[in-house]
Amino acid sequence: MQTKPRFRFLPSPLHSLLLFAVWLLLNNTLAPGHLVLAAFLALTIPLLTSGMQDPHPKFHKPFLALRYILRVLGDIVVANFEVAILVIGPSKKLNPAFIAVPLSITHDLPITLLASTVSLTPGTVSAEISEDNKWLYVHALNLTDKEALIALIKQRYEKPLMEIFECSI
Amino acid sequence: MEFWVELVASILLVTGAIFAFIGSLGLAKLPDFYTRLHSPTKATTLGMGCLLIASMILATYWQGYLSVHELLITLFLLITAPVTAYMLAKTAMHHKLQILEKTTDKYLAKRAAERMAPQHIESDH
Repeated sequence: MQTKPRFRFLPSPLHSLLLFAVWLLLNNTLAPGHLVLAAFLALTIPLLTSGMQDPHPKFHKPFLALRYILRVLGDIVVANFEVAILVIGPSKKLNPAFIAVPLSITHDLPITLLASTVSLTPGTVSAEISEDNKWLYVHALNLTDKEALIALIKQRYEKPLMEIFECSI
Repeated sequence: MEFWVELVASILLVTGAIFAFIGSLGLAKLPDFYTRLHSPTKATTLGMGCLLIASMILATYWQGYLSVHELLITLFLLITAPVTAYMLAKTAMHHKLQILEKTTDKYLAKRAAERMAPQHIESDH
């Protein structure tokens, strides 16, 4: 199953970049010593762990991914306000519901990302996924229109994720 | 200059505190476990976000160099909050916790606990 990495000494460039950035952020510095240490960690950790990784679909469109992250951050703010208003308002008016969202994306990583996004954004928490990875169970705090919510999740979050990872439909 | 920095930071601190409080209030006030799950995963995220931005602004201003390690806290928070919510929801479904009576499509919780696809019973519409 192991796909052959493009560069032998840099099996996953993205992970290396992330490790590099996280190390510098953790130490809150750009001192030369830490730059060297960060580079060392960013090079060795992926080398040591590359054998343990599950194969997952390639990450294709970085700009689309950036746009997705910004959109989700914006939506988190909106969702926070909505939930705050619902919490303050009378509980009797709430219409909680369980919904099953049919999934078109495949592979664990994109599904995890989608489930996390759904938990953080539009007044919903993802609760479970069916064994065949085809249905995402979601609990909504205040459901007004079931079809609209499913369409929103599929259009706004699932579609860009599918494009980013180029999953088969 | 100092006044404006402190003003922005205080506004962020107060907003953050309000949201964190609403998050906790939801825990006490909402009617059942599943609805309670919503307030700490959402309202608290923005609350923490505001507090961390305030911390970034103040630390940067007082120390004279850019302080960004608060961004890491935000990142970890955004990664862990949905996972916690998911684990809690899963546990709740296995313990068959009582679901609020008026919840639509309650039968889905049972199907979800067994990780089965939902049967298409359209009778309850």
